[in-house]
Amino acid sequence: MRITITSVLVHDQAVAERFYTEVLGFVKKHDVPMGGGARWLTVVSPDHPDGTELLLEPDAHPAAKPWKEALAGDGIPYTQFAVDDVRAEFARLSGLGVRFTQEPADMGAFTTAVFDDSCGNLIQIIQTH
Amino acid sequence: MDDDRVFKALADPTRRKILDELADRDGQTLFEICARLSSKHRLGSSRQAVSQHLEVLAAAGLVHSRRDGRHKFHHLDTGPLEHLTDRWRHRDTEEI
Repeated sequence: MRITITSVLVHDQAVAERFYTEVLGFVKKHDVPMGGGARWLTVVSPDHPDGTELLLEPDAHPAAKPWKEALAGDGIPYTQFAVDDVRAEFARLSGLGVRFTQEPADMGAFTTAVFDDSCGNLIQIIQTH
Repeated sequence: MDDDRVFKALADPTRRKILDELADRDGQTLFEICARLSSKHRLGSSRQAVSQHLEVLAAAGLVHSRRDGRHKFHHLDTGPLEHLTDRWRHRDTEEI
């Protein structure tokens, strides 16, 4: 068994597409109309085009919003991405207007930071030492 | 200021660690405080337990929480510590 896809629940797929490609730097892999305006929209890392896909999934289910609000309120990231240098990404993304709820913090064996993806989620980036 | 609440808040080692971490960087989410306690101090307190510690610290005036948009941040306030030991220290200086 392999993990081929994982997802984040986004409030607007067009906003999410822009943020995850133009700001974070992922590339679009699949974009298939699913009816009702929804799309099967996935992105991948440019370094791993055949790696795990991230599905930018509409958060239309009524349970999604209270769940996302509760996580955001306590600062809990929805998912985590690995980077080579958390501080460099913090500087780059801050320069692009991305808002961080946790600036880079050394946690012993790793350094983490947490940012707002502008689609209702917090995302943690992690660098392992 | 209610000194009893401040002494009670400071009596617990986990609460002192929370203050240490807020002194290291002010304005943290509950998630960051929990992450720092578990990864830096090997304190496996539940999120609910940390939340209750923050309530005790807030009641003592040592921590203030602030909502900013959808997120909540916790800030250190050292004000209640300032005159905590004056009543003993002043007696010393008067006797000398």
